[in-house]
Amino acid sequence: MAGNVKDTNYISAREASKIARFNRKVTAKLEAQHANKNTPESYYLTKMHDENNVVEFDNVCTYFFTDIGTSKAVDGISFNVPKCSTVGIVGESGCGKSVTSLSLMQLLQRPSGQVVGGEIRFNMGDGKAYDVVKTPTEQMQHIRGKHISMIFQEPMTSLNPVFRIGQQIEEVLELHYPEMTKEQMKARTLEMLELVGIANSEGVYSMYPHELSGGMRQRAMIAIALACSPDLIIADEPTTALDVTIQAQILDLLRELKDKINSSIMLITHDLGVVAQMADYVVVMYAGRVVEKGTSDDIFHHPMHPYTVGLMKSKPVVGQKVDKLYNIRGSVPNPIDMPDYCYFRDRCESVCDRCHGEYPPEIKVSDTHIVSCYRFFDEGEVLGYPRSVNPEDLLND
Amino acid sequence: MLKFITKRLLMGALILVLAMFLVYLLIYNLPTSYIEKTARELASKPGSRPYTEWLEVLNSQYGLSDNPVTGFLTWCSNAVRGNFGDSWLWTIPVTEKFKEVIWNSFWLGLAAFLLEAAIAIPLGVLAATKQYSATDYTITVLSLIGISMPTFFVATVFKMIFAVHLGWFDPYGMENARIHATLPPFGQFMDTLAHFVLPCMTLVAIGIGSLMRYTRTNTLEVLNADYIRTARAKGLPEKKVIGYHAFRNTLIPIVTILGNSLPGLFSGALITETLFSIRGIGYISYYSMIQGDIPFTMFYLAFSSILTILGTLLADILYAVVDPRVRVN
Repeated sequence: MAGNVKDTNYISAREASKIARFNRKVTAKLEAQHANKNTPESYYLTKMHDENNVVEFDNVCTYFFTDIGTSKAVDGISFNVPKCSTVGIVGESGCGKSVTSLSLMQLLQRPSGQVVGGEIRFNMGDGKAYDVVKTPTEQMQHIRGKHISMIFQEPMTSLNPVFRIGQQIEEVLELHYPEMTKEQMKARTLEMLELVGIANSEGVYSMYPHELSGGMRQRAMIAIALACSPDLIIADEPTTALDVTIQAQILDLLRELKDKINSSIMLITHDLGVVAQMADYVVVMYAGRVVEKGTSDDIFHHPMHPYTVGLMKSKPVVGQKVDKLYNIRGSVPNPIDMPDYCYFRDRCESVCDRCHGEYPPEIKVSDTHIVSCYRFFDEGEVLGYPRSVNPEDLLND
Repeated sequence: MLKFITKRLLMGALILVLAMFLVYLLIYNLPTSYIEKTARELASKPGSRPYTEWLEVLNSQYGLSDNPVTGFLTWCSNAVRGNFGDSWLWTIPVTEKFKEVIWNSFWLGLAAFLLEAAIAIPLGVLAATKQYSATDYTITVLSLIGISMPTFFVATVFKMIFAVHLGWFDPYGMENARIHATLPPFGQFMDTLAHFVLPCMTLVAIGIGSLMRYTRTNTLEVLNADYIRTARAKGLPEKKVIGYHAFRNTLIPIVTILGNSLPGLFSGALITETLFSIRGIGYISYYSMIQGDIPFTMFYLAFSSILTILGTLLADILYAVVDPRVRVN
């Protein structure tokens, strides 16, 4: 039996060159679209489905054209980020959390990583909305930093080691507000540093990143992210690299700031505790798809998808003595060769008959709670199936 | 910083003394002996003294009858006073010969160095930003050819193309012997300049490859760094991300290499100068060495050792200039 299983990590030279040829063709075509400077605005202008959202992800597909085939890192995910709220995205490593946020920023490792389908509608605030998937790179540069900013996982390496902190914050102001004078920029920078809780703002202003501790650097990163008062801040595992006390401080800071600056936060993490503390809405991702989404009350108190339930169970609880911590058996399917049934079926402990059919649709079980699992097929309204893109079709249209 | 430099200089002095002693030992034991050759020549003259007698006379004349340790100490004590003796081969004081030829080497080296940096660094950055593209492969292949070819081969190919087939330049020499003297001063200058073109091209062709590959590797490493993603996330245009954020970081290792090669400008290019008969320090010291001219060889090697030591020190100082993380307070 074992011999029949296709080993996707081994490919013949002929297959490899065929894949390489295909990848070159597809990525060249997609890159040309990004680079086109004469794209009319109407091409990427779109309408928000709900004006109260900052971003709407609608069946977004982000694929990586790798040497061993097309890896569907994010495959038809849909969720919204409402104004002035925090949305937590949770899931295990490699489930597509970061790729989702990088797709929104157009910061994917190009040319191999490409958004190949769906719409990411971003509310520009003045009644306009852009479809980020179609927006050309040049236009995107005006959105990055000003409308959407990002806080990264590694404060140690995310600041440029050869420039002073002040200079790195001023740079983003200079770029997006060219009318500001030098004095105004410095004043704004110092104000930002104080806002993120750096007491010695004058001193830090002229320091290099290596002179600061990890927590301080993350504060400086947050200051950069906040400098232009963006509509949306993406925090990609902002506390993973920090120790626990600093983690708590940074999270407090983020929560405090959210109220002060009127922006939404998209919080990406695999730490359920952090999400529970911070998020208004939670999106649970598994193998490149959203398996469950809802308010944090829905997810933490009434988890429905077997994966979410498993996640909750595998979390250690203070005061509760267990011999062995629960773990979900099995492992994630290969992203290059995904099954055509529910991705979680082979690990699921509550498989039903329907599970042997195609991938489950999104099922609305309450006003806020949506789950992709056949066990609730009869309990809620079926919203729709995630739609994959066939990479071969990309060359035809 | 001053303390650091003083410490490094003192250590350098110690290294220099040891290195020079080794060099002295090597030259002392060289099979080619200027003394023996001269003694043989003198002895072969009609009615002259026999060879062994001449050898003794000459040895004592040139201060070589001692053992190498005392010989070295004598050389040292003279050298620190700035007295490097007379060159046996060129029959003028060593320092005078040095002054006569060093600038030929320096201008040749400087031109080649500047061209190399001006071509290799931008091409290296370009290759890295377009990794795996046709541009990248072309640049990589060209630089590999540059690295792999030996100097004498490149020089010969250039001579064949530009001197023999096209006839643009003379294949060797520093001036056109037939017409040089008749030219006005500016014409003489242009004539000499034309003779430096081929050696300079040779030096660039063989040196450019490694610098280009080095730049490419470093740029690639920097481009994958997190702070580059931060710079893009700020909304900076790609030109500024690469030209400002990435390039400042790429410079750090490149400066080390360039700092190391700066003093090398004075040490001449032995093979190239010899192939093109450019009377620079490399060419002259090559002939001094094969003739066993101990004073000149010792001077030249001492000079190159000092340059190497200063070069590493210079690289360290430059490192601190471009990288704030290694600045010593």
